[in-house]
Amino acid sequence: MSSTLEQPRASRHAVGVRLCGVTRVFAGGVHAVDAMDLAIMPGEFVALLGPSGCGKSTLLRLIAGLDRADAGRMELINASGDRAMQMAYVFQDAHLLPWRSVLCNVELPLELAGVARAERRQRALALIEQVGLRDAVQRYPAQLSGGMRMRVSLARALVTEPSLLLLDEPFAALDEITRQQLDSQLRQLWLDRGMTVIFVTHSTNEAVFLADRAVVFSARPARIVLDCALDLPAQRAQHTRTSPPFVAAMRRLYEALEAGGAS
Amino acid sequence: MMPRWWHRFWPPVLVFVLFGVGLEAWVRLAHIESWLVPPPSSILATLWHRWRYPLGPALWQTTLAAVLGFAASAAAGVILAVVLASARIVQRAFYPYAIFFQTVPIIAIAPLLVIWIGYGLSTVVASAFIVSLFPVIANTLMGLRSTDPALRDLFRLHGAGAWATLWKLRLPWAMPHLFAGLRVSAGLAVIGAIVGEFFVGQGLGMQIFSAQKTVHTEVVYAAILLASLLGLALFGLVNLAAALTLRHWHASEQGG
Repeated sequence: MSSTLEQPRASRHAVGVRLCGVTRVFAGGVHAVDAMDLAIMPGEFVALLGPSGCGKSTLLRLIAGLDRADAGRMELINASGDRAMQMAYVFQDAHLLPWRSVLCNVELPLELAGVARAERRQRALALIEQVGLRDAVQRYPAQLSGGMRMRVSLARALVTEPSLLLLDEPFAALDEITRQQLDSQLRQLWLDRGMTVIFVTHSTNEAVFLADRAVVFSARPARIVLDCALDLPAQRAQHTRTSPPFVAAMRRLYEALEAGGAS
Repeated sequence: MMPRWWHRFWPPVLVFVLFGVGLEAWVRLAHIESWLVPPPSSILATLWHRWRYPLGPALWQTTLAAVLGFAASAAAGVILAVVLASARIVQRAFYPYAIFFQTVPIIAIAPLLVIWIGYGLSTVVASAFIVSLFPVIANTLMGLRSTDPALRDLFRLHGAGAWATLWKLRLPWAMPHLFAGLRVSAGLAVIGAIVGEFFVGQGLGMQIFSAQKTVHTEVVYAAILLASLLGLALFGLVNLAAALTLRHWHASEQGG
Protein backbone atom coordinates (compact mmCIF):
# COMPACT_ATOMS: atom_id res chain seq x y z
CA MET A 1 0.00 0.00 0.00
CA SER A 2 1.47 3.35 -0.99
CA SER A 3 1.33 6.01 1.64
CA THR A 4 1.19 9.50 0.21
CA LEU A 5 0.36 11.76 3.09
CA GLU A 6 0.28 15.50 2.68
CA GLN A 7 0.58 16.15 6.39
CA PRO A 8 3.15 14.71 8.75
CA ARG A 9 1.83 13.01 11.87
CA ALA A 10 3.05 15.68 14.26
CA SER A 11 0.72 18.33 12.85
CA ARG A 12 -2.34 16.15 13.23
CA HIS A 13 -4.99 17.20 15.62
CA ALA A 14 -6.51 14.45 17.72
CA VAL A 15 -9.66 14.83 19.79
CA GLY A 16 -10.47 12.82 22.89
CA VAL A 17 -13.70 12.44 24.77
CA ARG A 18 -14.68 12.39 28.43
CA LEU A 19 -17.91 10.90 29.73
CA CYS A 20 -19.11 11.59 33.27
CA GLY A 21 -22.10 9.66 34.55
CA VAL A 22 -23.60 9.34 31.11
CA THR A 23 -26.95 7.52 31.14
CA ARG A 24 -29.21 6.63 28.25
CA VAL A 25 -32.61 5.10 28.87
CA PHE A 26 -34.72 4.03 25.91
CA ALA A 27 -38.49 4.11 25.77
CA GLY A 28 -39.83 1.28 27.88
CA GLY A 29 -37.24 1.84 30.59
CA VAL A 30 -34.39 -0.09 28.98
CA HIS A 31 -31.11 1.18 30.41
CA ALA A 32 -28.65 1.01 27.52
CA VAL A 33 -25.93 2.98 29.27
CA ASP A 34 -25.96 3.58 33.00
CA ALA A 35 -23.85 6.21 34.78
CA MET A 36 -20.85 5.63 32.54
CA ASP A 37 -17.52 7.26 33.38
CA LEU A 38 -14.91 6.92 30.65
CA ALA A 39 -12.13 9.09 29.32
CA ILE A 40 -10.45 8.54 26.00
CA MET A 41 -7.36 10.64 25.43
CA PRO A 42 -6.42 12.32 22.15
CA GLY A 43 -4.55 9.94 19.86
CA GLU A 44 -5.59 6.74 21.61
CA PHE A 45 -6.76 3.64 19.77
CA VAL A 46 -9.40 2.15 22.07
CA ALA A 47 -11.42 -1.00 21.48
CA LEU A 48 -14.82 -1.22 23.16
CA LEU A 49 -15.86 -4.83 23.74
CA GLY A 50 -19.02 -6.30 25.08
CA PRO A 51 -21.75 -8.85 24.48
CA SER A 52 -24.18 -8.01 21.68
CA GLY A 53 -26.85 -5.54 22.68
CA CYS A 54 -24.92 -4.33 25.72
CA GLY A 55 -25.13 -0.69 24.70
CA LYS A 56 -21.70 -0.14 23.19
CA SER A 57 -23.19 1.06 19.92
CA THR A 58 -25.43 3.42 21.89
CA LEU A 59 -22.32 4.77 23.58
CA LEU A 60 -20.70 5.37 20.19
CA ARG A 61 -23.79 7.17 18.92
CA LEU A 62 -23.79 9.36 22.03
CA ILE A 63 -20.16 10.29 21.43
CA ALA A 64 -20.93 11.07 17.78
CA GLY A 65 -23.79 13.34 18.85
CA LEU A 66 -26.29 11.19 16.94
CA ASP A 67 -28.12 10.48 20.18
CA ARG A 68 -28.61 12.49 23.35
CA ALA A 69 -27.84 11.29 26.86
CA ASP A 70 -30.63 11.38 29.47
CA ALA A 71 -28.19 12.23 32.23
CA GLY A 72 -24.51 12.95 32.68
CA ARG A 73 -21.97 15.06 30.88
CA MET A 74 -19.95 14.47 27.76
CA GLU A 75 -17.17 16.69 26.56
CA LEU A 76 -14.64 16.57 23.78
CA ILE A 77 -11.01 16.96 24.76
CA ASN A 78 -8.80 19.17 22.61
CA ALA A 79 -11.70 19.98 20.29
CA SER A 80 -11.76 23.09 18.17
CA GLY A 81 -13.92 24.31 15.36
CA ASP A 82 -16.31 22.40 13.22
CA ARG A 83 -17.74 19.22 14.68
CA ALA A 84 -18.76 17.98 11.21
CA MET A 85 -15.15 17.97 10.06
CA GLN A 86 -13.72 16.51 13.26
CA MET A 87 -15.68 13.30 13.56
CA ALA A 88 -16.24 10.42 11.27
CA TYR A 89 -18.35 7.35 11.77
CA VAL A 90 -18.13 3.93 10.15
CA PHE A 91 -21.21 1.71 10.38
CA GLN A 92 -21.59 -2.05 10.62
CA ASP A 93 -22.29 -2.21 6.90
CA ALA A 94 -20.74 0.01 4.26
CA HIS A 95 -23.92 2.10 3.69
CA LEU A 96 -22.76 3.68 0.44
CA LEU A 97 -24.98 5.68 -1.89
CA PRO A 98 -25.76 3.17 -4.66
CA TRP A 99 -26.20 5.86 -7.30
CA ARG A 100 -22.73 7.30 -6.77
CA SER A 101 -19.42 5.97 -8.02
CA VAL A 102 -16.67 5.08 -5.55
CA LEU A 103 -15.08 8.49 -6.13
CA CYS A 104 -18.33 10.41 -5.55
CA ASN A 105 -19.12 8.35 -2.46
CA VAL A 106 -15.77 9.21 -0.91
CA GLU A 107 -16.18 12.86 -1.87
CA LEU A 108 -19.56 13.12 -0.12
CA PRO A 109 -18.47 14.40 3.33
CA LEU A 110 -16.29 17.07 1.71
CA GLU A 111 -19.15 18.00 -0.60
CA LEU A 112 -21.47 18.41 2.40
CA ALA A 113 -18.83 20.55 4.09
CA GLY A 114 -18.67 22.80 1.04
CA VAL A 115 -15.13 21.97 -0.06
CA ALA A 116 -14.39 23.07 -3.65
CA ARG A 117 -14.72 20.43 -6.36
CA ALA A 118 -11.09 20.25 -7.43
CA GLU A 119 -9.82 19.95 -3.88
CA ARG A 120 -12.31 17.31 -2.79
CA ARG A 121 -11.59 15.25 -5.90
CA GLN A 122 -7.90 15.33 -5.19
CA ARG A 123 -8.33 14.41 -1.53
CA ALA A 124 -10.79 11.63 -2.32
CA LEU A 125 -8.46 10.15 -4.95
CA ALA A 126 -5.53 10.18 -2.54
CA LEU A 127 -7.56 8.28 0.05
CA ILE A 128 -8.99 5.79 -2.43
CA GLU A 129 -5.44 5.00 -3.46
CA GLN A 130 -4.47 4.56 0.17
CA VAL A 131 -7.14 1.94 0.78
CA GLY A 132 -6.07 0.15 -2.40
CA LEU A 133 -9.07 0.87 -4.62
CA ARG A 134 -7.34 2.86 -7.34
CA ASP A 135 -8.72 0.64 -10.11
CA ALA A 136 -12.28 0.88 -8.81
CA VAL A 137 -12.57 4.69 -8.71
CA GLN A 138 -15.30 4.88 -11.35
CA ARG A 139 -17.14 1.73 -10.32
CA TYR A 140 -20.44 1.64 -8.45
CA PRO A 141 -21.15 -0.06 -5.09
CA ALA A 142 -23.20 -2.82 -6.77
CA GLN A 143 -20.08 -3.85 -8.68
CA LEU A 144 -17.90 -4.18 -5.57
CA SER A 145 -17.31 -7.03 -3.15
CA GLY A 146 -18.21 -6.63 0.52
CA GLY A 147 -14.59 -5.99 1.45
CA MET A 148 -14.17 -3.35 -1.25
CA ARG A 149 -17.37 -1.62 -0.15
CA MET A 150 -16.08 -1.47 3.41
CA ARG A 151 -12.82 0.05 2.13
CA VAL A 152 -14.85 2.75 0.37
CA SER A 153 -16.73 3.34 3.59
CA LEU A 154 -13.44 3.66 5.46
CA ALA A 155 -12.07 6.06 2.83
CA ARG A 156 -15.26 8.13 3.09
CA ALA A 157 -14.80 8.37 6.85
CA LEU A 158 -11.15 9.38 6.57
CA VAL A 159 -11.47 11.88 3.74
CA THR A 160 -12.24 14.76 6.09
CA GLU A 161 -9.10 13.86 8.05
CA PRO A 162 -11.14 13.42 11.21
CA SER A 163 -9.61 13.94 14.63
CA LEU A 164 -11.92 11.33 16.11
CA LEU A 165 -12.83 8.20 14.20
CA LEU A 166 -15.72 6.09 15.48
CA LEU A 167 -16.21 2.58 14.15
CA ASP A 168 -19.17 0.36 15.03
CA GLU A 169 -18.22 -3.27 14.33
CA PRO A 170 -17.26 -2.25 10.81
CA PHE A 171 -15.72 -5.52 9.67
CA ALA A 172 -18.06 -7.94 11.43
CA ALA A 173 -19.84 -9.02 8.24
CA LEU A 174 -16.65 -9.76 6.28
CA ASP A 175 -14.80 -13.02 5.81
CA GLU A 176 -11.76 -13.73 7.99
CA ILE A 177 -9.06 -12.92 5.41
CA THR A 178 -10.63 -9.65 4.29
CA ARG A 179 -11.23 -8.70 7.87
CA GLN A 180 -7.60 -9.24 8.84
CA GLN A 181 -6.44 -7.21 5.83
CA LEU A 182 -8.69 -4.34 6.82
CA ASP A 183 -7.54 -4.60 10.43
CA SER A 184 -3.93 -4.14 9.27
CA GLN A 185 -4.90 -1.29 6.99
CA LEU A 186 -6.78 0.54 9.74
CA ARG A 187 -3.93 0.07 12.20
CA GLN A 188 -1.48 1.48 9.64
CA LEU A 189 -3.74 4.44 8.90
CA TRP A 190 -3.84 5.21 12.59
CA LEU A 191 -0.04 4.97 12.90
CA ASP A 192 0.32 7.34 9.94
CA ARG A 193 -2.28 9.86 11.01
CA GLY A 194 -2.50 9.71 14.77
CA MET A 195 -6.20 10.51 15.12
CA THR A 196 -8.19 9.12 18.04
CA VAL A 197 -9.92 5.85 17.18
CA ILE A 198 -12.81 4.27 19.08
CA PHE A 199 -13.55 0.83 17.70
CA VAL A 200 -16.56 -1.18 18.82
CA THR A 201 -16.24 -4.93 18.33
CA HIS A 202 -17.23 -8.20 19.91
CA SER A 203 -14.11 -10.00 18.74
CA THR A 204 -11.32 -10.22 21.32
CA ASN A 205 -8.87 -11.11 18.55
CA GLU A 206 -9.68 -7.98 16.58
CA ALA A 207 -9.61 -5.80 19.69
CA VAL A 208 -6.14 -6.97 20.71
CA PHE A 209 -4.75 -6.73 17.20
CA LEU A 210 -6.02 -3.22 16.58
CA ALA A 211 -6.06 -1.30 19.81
CA ASP A 212 -3.65 -0.07 22.45
CA ARG A 213 -6.33 -0.07 25.08
CA ALA A 214 -9.38 -2.25 25.56
CA VAL A 215 -12.52 -1.46 27.54
CA VAL A 216 -14.77 -4.43 28.26
CA PHE A 217 -18.44 -3.87 29.05
CA SER A 218 -20.92 -6.02 30.91
CA ALA A 219 -24.29 -7.04 29.52
CA ARG A 220 -26.96 -4.32 29.52
CA PRO A 221 -26.78 -1.81 31.00
CA ALA A 222 -23.17 -1.35 29.88
CA ARG A 223 -20.79 -1.11 32.84
CA ILE A 224 -17.04 -1.25 32.58
CA VAL A 225 -15.69 -4.64 33.72
CA LEU A 226 -12.14 -4.18 32.51
CA ASP A 227 -10.13 -1.25 31.23
CA CYS A 228 -6.59 -2.22 30.33
CA ALA A 229 -3.65 -1.25 28.16
CA LEU A 230 -2.60 -3.72 25.47
CA ASP A 231 1.19 -3.81 25.59
CA LEU A 232 2.08 -5.10 22.17
CA PRO A 233 4.52 -3.75 19.59
CA ALA A 234 3.22 -0.71 17.67
CA GLN A 235 3.75 -2.41 14.32
CA ARG A 236 1.56 -5.50 14.19
CA ALA A 237 1.81 -8.19 11.56
CA GLN A 238 -0.44 -11.16 11.00
CA HIS A 239 1.95 -13.41 12.98
CA THR A 240 1.43 -11.12 15.97
CA ARG A 241 -1.95 -12.82 16.33
CA THR A 242 -0.28 -16.05 17.43
CA SER A 243 2.41 -14.57 19.71
CA PRO A 244 2.17 -15.44 23.44
CA PRO A 245 1.52 -11.87 24.68
CA PHE A 246 -1.27 -11.53 22.09
CA VAL A 247 -2.90 -14.76 23.17
CA ALA A 248 -2.54 -13.81 26.84
CA ALA A 249 -4.22 -10.44 26.23
CA MET A 250 -7.02 -12.13 24.31
CA ARG A 251 -7.63 -14.55 27.16
CA ARG A 252 -7.74 -11.67 29.63
CA LEU A 253 -10.40 -9.88 27.58
CA TYR A 254 -12.30 -13.09 27.06
CA GLU A 255 -12.44 -13.79 30.79
CA ALA A 256 -13.64 -10.26 31.45
CA LEU A 257 -16.33 -10.66 28.79
CA GLU A 258 -17.48 -13.89 30.40
CA ALA A 259 -17.53 -12.35 33.85
CA GLY A 260 -19.52 -9.35 32.55
CA GLY A 261 -21.97 -11.48 30.65
CA ALA A 262 -22.65 -13.69 33.68
CA SER A 263 -23.45 -10.83 36.02
CA MET B 1 -28.34 -11.93 -36.13
CA MET B 2 -31.44 -10.32 -34.63
CA PRO B 3 -30.97 -7.14 -32.61
CA ARG B 4 -30.90 -7.60 -28.86
CA TRP B 5 -34.24 -6.01 -28.08
CA TRP B 6 -35.91 -8.55 -30.31
CA HIS B 7 -35.09 -11.32 -27.83
CA ARG B 8 -37.25 -9.57 -25.27
CA PHE B 9 -40.04 -8.69 -27.62
CA TRP B 10 -40.68 -11.78 -29.69
CA PRO B 11 -42.48 -13.80 -26.97
CA PRO B 12 -45.29 -11.26 -26.34
CA VAL B 13 -45.46 -10.47 -30.06
CA LEU B 14 -45.83 -14.17 -30.81
CA VAL B 15 -48.63 -14.47 -28.23
CA PHE B 16 -50.36 -11.47 -29.82
CA VAL B 17 -50.13 -12.95 -33.34
CA LEU B 18 -51.27 -16.41 -32.23
CA PHE B 19 -54.19 -14.89 -30.35
CA GLY B 20 -55.18 -12.86 -33.42
CA VAL B 21 -54.99 -15.86 -35.72
CA GLY B 22 -56.95 -18.00 -33.24
CA LEU B 23 -59.62 -15.33 -32.86
CA GLU B 24 -59.90 -14.95 -36.61
CA ALA B 25 -60.33 -18.70 -37.08
CA TRP B 26 -62.91 -18.96 -34.29
CA VAL B 27 -64.99 -15.98 -35.49
CA ARG B 28 -65.05 -17.29 -39.07
CA LEU B 29 -65.59 -20.99 -38.32
CA ALA B 30 -68.28 -20.39 -35.68
CA HIS B 31 -69.97 -17.70 -37.80
CA ILE B 32 -69.93 -15.13 -35.02
CA GLU B 33 -71.78 -11.95 -35.98
CA SER B 34 -69.24 -9.26 -36.82
CA TRP B 35 -71.06 -6.62 -34.76
CA LEU B 36 -70.50 -8.87 -31.70
CA VAL B 37 -66.86 -9.83 -32.29
CA PRO B 38 -65.39 -8.52 -35.50
CA PRO B 39 -62.59 -10.68 -36.99
CA PRO B 40 -59.10 -9.25 -36.33
CA SER B 41 -58.57 -8.82 -40.05
CA SER B 42 -61.47 -6.40 -40.26
CA ILE B 43 -60.17 -4.52 -37.22
CA LEU B 44 -56.84 -4.14 -39.00
CA ALA B 45 -58.62 -3.09 -42.17
CA THR B 46 -60.58 -0.51 -40.19
CA LEU B 47 -57.32 0.80 -38.70
CA TRP B 48 -55.89 1.06 -42.18
CA HIS B 49 -58.85 2.78 -43.80
CA ARG B 50 -59.74 5.09 -40.94
CA TRP B 51 -56.22 5.92 -39.82
CA ARG B 52 -55.93 9.26 -41.57
CA TYR B 53 -59.38 10.19 -40.30
CA PRO B 54 -60.56 9.85 -37.58
CA LEU B 55 -58.42 7.28 -35.70
CA GLY B 56 -54.95 8.81 -36.21
CA PRO B 57 -55.90 12.33 -35.07
CA ALA B 58 -57.94 10.81 -32.23
CA LEU B 59 -54.92 8.80 -31.06
CA TRP B 60 -52.83 11.96 -31.18
CA GLN B 61 -55.37 13.89 -29.06
CA THR B 62 -55.54 11.10 -26.49
CA THR B 63 -51.76 10.77 -26.44
CA LEU B 64 -51.32 14.48 -25.83
CA ALA B 65 -53.88 14.50 -23.01
CA ALA B 66 -52.53 11.35 -21.35
CA VAL B 67 -48.91 12.50 -21.55
CA LEU B 68 -49.71 15.97 -20.19
CA GLY B 69 -51.82 14.51 -17.38
CA PHE B 70 -49.15 11.96 -16.58
CA ALA B 71 -46.36 14.56 -16.58
CA ALA B 72 -48.43 16.81 -14.33
CA SER B 73 -49.12 14.03 -11.84
CA ALA B 74 -45.45 12.99 -11.87
CA ALA B 75 -44.36 16.53 -11.02
CA ALA B 76 -47.16 17.30 -8.58
CA GLY B 77 -46.92 13.83 -7.01
CA VAL B 78 -43.23 14.23 -6.18
CA ILE B 79 -43.72 17.74 -4.81
CA LEU B 80 -46.70 16.70 -2.69
CA ALA B 81 -44.83 13.64 -1.42
CA VAL B 82 -41.92 15.87 -0.35
CA VAL B 83 -44.34 18.18 1.45
CA LEU B 84 -46.11 15.26 3.15
CA ALA B 85 -42.77 13.71 4.17
CA SER B 86 -41.55 16.98 5.67
CA ALA B 87 -43.28 16.38 9.01
CA ARG B 88 -45.37 13.64 10.60
CA ILE B 89 -48.11 16.09 11.47
CA VAL B 90 -48.38 17.29 7.88
CA GLN B 91 -48.65 13.73 6.66
CA ARG B 92 -51.27 12.88 9.25
CA ALA B 93 -53.31 15.96 8.40
CA PHE B 94 -53.27 15.69 4.61
CA TYR B 95 -52.68 12.08 3.65
CA PRO B 96 -56.35 11.07 4.02
CA TYR B 97 -57.19 13.71 1.42
CA ALA B 98 -54.51 12.36 -0.90
CA ILE B 99 -56.25 8.99 -0.71
CA PHE B 100 -59.31 10.78 -2.08
CA PHE B 101 -57.54 10.85 -5.46
CA GLN B 102 -57.32 7.07 -5.42
CA THR B 103 -60.87 6.37 -4.37
CA VAL B 104 -62.67 9.05 -6.37
CA PRO B 105 -64.72 7.46 -9.18
CA ILE B 106 -63.44 9.45 -12.14
CA ILE B 107 -66.57 8.57 -14.09
CA ALA B 108 -68.56 10.57 -11.52
CA ILE B 109 -66.15 13.49 -11.36
CA ALA B 110 -65.64 13.90 -15.11
CA PRO B 111 -69.02 15.63 -15.70
CA LEU B 112 -68.08 18.10 -12.96
CA LEU B 113 -64.77 18.75 -14.66
CA VAL B 114 -66.65 19.59 -17.84
CA ILE B 115 -68.79 22.07 -15.90
CA TRP B 116 -65.74 23.66 -14.27
CA ILE B 117 -63.23 23.62 -17.08
CA GLY B 118 -65.35 23.27 -20.19
CA TYR B 119 -65.18 21.18 -23.34
CA GLY B 120 -61.54 20.89 -24.32
CA LEU B 121 -58.13 19.40 -23.86
CA SER B 122 -57.70 20.87 -20.35
CA THR B 123 -60.62 18.84 -19.01
CA VAL B 124 -59.23 15.62 -20.46
CA VAL B 125 -55.79 16.42 -19.03
CA ALA B 126 -57.37 17.14 -15.63
CA SER B 127 -59.14 13.78 -15.73
CA ALA B 128 -55.91 11.93 -16.58
CA PHE B 129 -54.10 13.89 -13.86
CA ILE B 130 -56.61 13.10 -11.10
CA VAL B 131 -56.60 9.37 -11.81
CA SER B 132 -52.82 9.02 -12.07
CA LEU B 133 -51.76 11.25 -9.18
CA PHE B 134 -52.13 9.00 -6.17
CA PRO B 135 -49.69 6.18 -7.07
CA VAL B 136 -46.92 8.77 -7.49
CA ILE B 137 -47.64 10.35 -4.11
CA ALA B 138 -48.00 7.05 -2.26
CA ASN B 139 -44.89 5.41 -3.68
CA THR B 140 -42.64 8.46 -3.51
CA LEU B 141 -43.75 9.08 0.06
CA MET B 142 -42.87 5.51 0.96
CA GLY B 143 -39.46 5.96 -0.66
CA LEU B 144 -38.81 9.23 1.19
CA ARG B 145 -39.83 7.62 4.45
CA SER B 146 -37.64 4.56 3.97
CA THR B 147 -34.32 6.39 3.68
CA ASP B 148 -31.53 4.32 5.23
CA PRO B 149 -31.32 5.60 8.86
CA ALA B 150 -27.54 5.08 8.89
CA LEU B 151 -27.18 7.35 5.87
CA ARG B 152 -29.39 9.97 7.50
CA ASP B 153 -27.08 9.77 10.52
CA LEU B 154 -24.09 10.16 8.23
CA PHE B 155 -25.57 13.27 6.64
CA ARG B 156 -26.41 14.67 10.07
CA LEU B 157 -22.92 13.95 11.37
CA HIS B 158 -21.41 15.82 8.44
CA GLY B 159 -23.63 18.83 9.03
CA ALA B 160 -25.94 18.48 6.03
CA GLY B 161 -29.06 20.65 6.20
CA ALA B 162 -32.59 19.57 5.31
CA TRP B 163 -32.20 20.78 1.74
CA ALA B 164 -28.91 18.97 1.06
CA THR B 165 -30.31 15.83 2.68
CA LEU B 166 -33.36 16.00 0.44
CA TRP B 167 -31.42 16.52 -2.79
CA LYS B 168 -28.44 14.31 -2.20
CA LEU B 169 -30.01 11.53 -0.16
CA ARG B 170 -33.76 11.28 0.22
CA LEU B 171 -34.92 12.01 -3.33
CA PRO B 172 -32.33 9.79 -5.02
CA TRP B 173 -33.08 7.10 -2.44
CA ALA B 174 -36.80 7.31 -3.34
CA MET B 175 -36.15 6.90 -7.08
CA PRO B 176 -36.94 3.17 -7.34
CA HIS B 177 -40.18 3.82 -5.45
CA LEU B 178 -41.00 6.80 -7.64
CA PHE B 179 -40.61 4.66 -10.76
CA ALA B 180 -42.82 1.95 -9.27
CA GLY B 181 -45.49 4.63 -8.86
CA LEU B 182 -44.95 6.02 -12.36
CA ARG B 183 -45.40 2.56 -13.89
CA VAL B 184 -48.88 2.34 -12.36
CA SER B 185 -49.67 5.96 -13.20
CA ALA B 186 -48.77 5.61 -16.88
CA GLY B 187 -51.60 3.14 -17.50
CA LEU B 188 -54.02 5.06 -15.30
CA ALA B 189 -53.34 8.31 -17.19
CA VAL B 190 -54.55 6.69 -20.42
CA ILE B 191 -57.69 5.42 -18.67
CA GLY B 192 -58.33 8.87 -17.19
CA ALA B 193 -57.88 10.52 -20.59
CA ILE B 194 -60.33 8.13 -22.30
CA VAL B 195 -62.94 8.64 -19.58
CA GLY B 196 -62.52 12.41 -19.86
CA GLU B 197 -62.93 12.16 -23.61
CA PHE B 198 -66.25 10.33 -23.24
CA PHE B 199 -67.65 13.51 -21.73
CA VAL B 200 -65.69 16.10 -23.65
CA GLY B 201 -66.22 14.36 -26.97
CA GLN B 202 -62.79 14.06 -28.51
CA GLY B 203 -59.97 11.60 -29.02
CA LEU B 204 -60.19 7.82 -28.80
CA GLY B 205 -62.79 8.11 -26.04
CA MET B 206 -65.19 9.85 -28.38
CA GLN B 207 -64.45 7.33 -31.16
CA ILE B 208 -65.35 4.44 -28.86
CA PHE B 209 -68.45 6.25 -27.63
CA SER B 210 -69.84 7.20 -31.05
CA ALA B 211 -68.90 3.95 -32.77
CA GLN B 212 -70.74 2.05 -30.05
CA LYS B 213 -73.87 4.15 -30.71
CA THR B 214 -73.77 3.29 -34.41
CA VAL B 215 -72.73 -0.35 -33.77
CA HIS B 216 -69.46 0.03 -35.64
CA THR B 217 -67.97 -2.61 -33.37
CA GLU B 218 -64.78 -2.89 -35.42
CA VAL B 219 -64.09 0.81 -34.79
CA VAL B 220 -64.60 0.27 -31.05
CA TYR B 221 -62.08 -2.55 -31.16
CA ALA B 222 -59.60 -0.57 -33.24
CA ALA B 223 -59.80 2.36 -30.80
CA ILE B 224 -59.37 0.02 -27.82
CA LEU B 225 -56.34 -1.52 -29.51
CA LEU B 226 -54.82 1.92 -30.04
CA ALA B 227 -55.52 2.92 -26.44
CA SER B 228 -53.86 -0.25 -25.18
CA LEU B 229 -50.82 0.35 -27.37
CA LEU B 230 -50.64 3.91 -26.04
CA GLY B 231 -50.70 2.63 -22.44
CA LEU B 232 -48.05 0.08 -23.31
CA ALA B 233 -45.84 2.72 -24.95
CA LEU B 234 -46.06 5.01 -21.90
CA PHE B 235 -45.28 2.06 -19.62
CA GLY B 236 -42.31 1.20 -21.84
CA LEU B 237 -40.99 4.76 -21.67
CA VAL B 238 -41.19 4.73 -17.87
CA ASN B 239 -39.34 1.42 -17.82
CA LEU B 240 -36.67 2.81 -20.10
CA ALA B 241 -36.26 5.89 -17.90
CA ALA B 242 -36.07 3.66 -14.81
CA ALA B 243 -33.45 1.41 -16.40
CA LEU B 244 -31.32 4.41 -17.36
CA THR B 245 -31.67 6.13 -14.00
CA LEU B 246 -31.14 3.06 -11.85
CA ARG B 247 -28.59 1.29 -14.04
CA HIS B 248 -25.86 1.49 -11.41
CA TRP B 249 -27.98 0.41 -8.47
CA HIS B 250 -28.07 -3.31 -9.02
CA ALA B 251 -25.46 -5.55 -10.53
CA SER B 252 -28.30 -7.26 -12.44
CA GLU B 253 -28.93 -4.09 -14.48
CA GLN B 254 -25.35 -4.18 -15.78
CA GLY B 255 -24.68 -5.57 -19.24
CA GLY B 256 -27.35 -8.23 -19.15
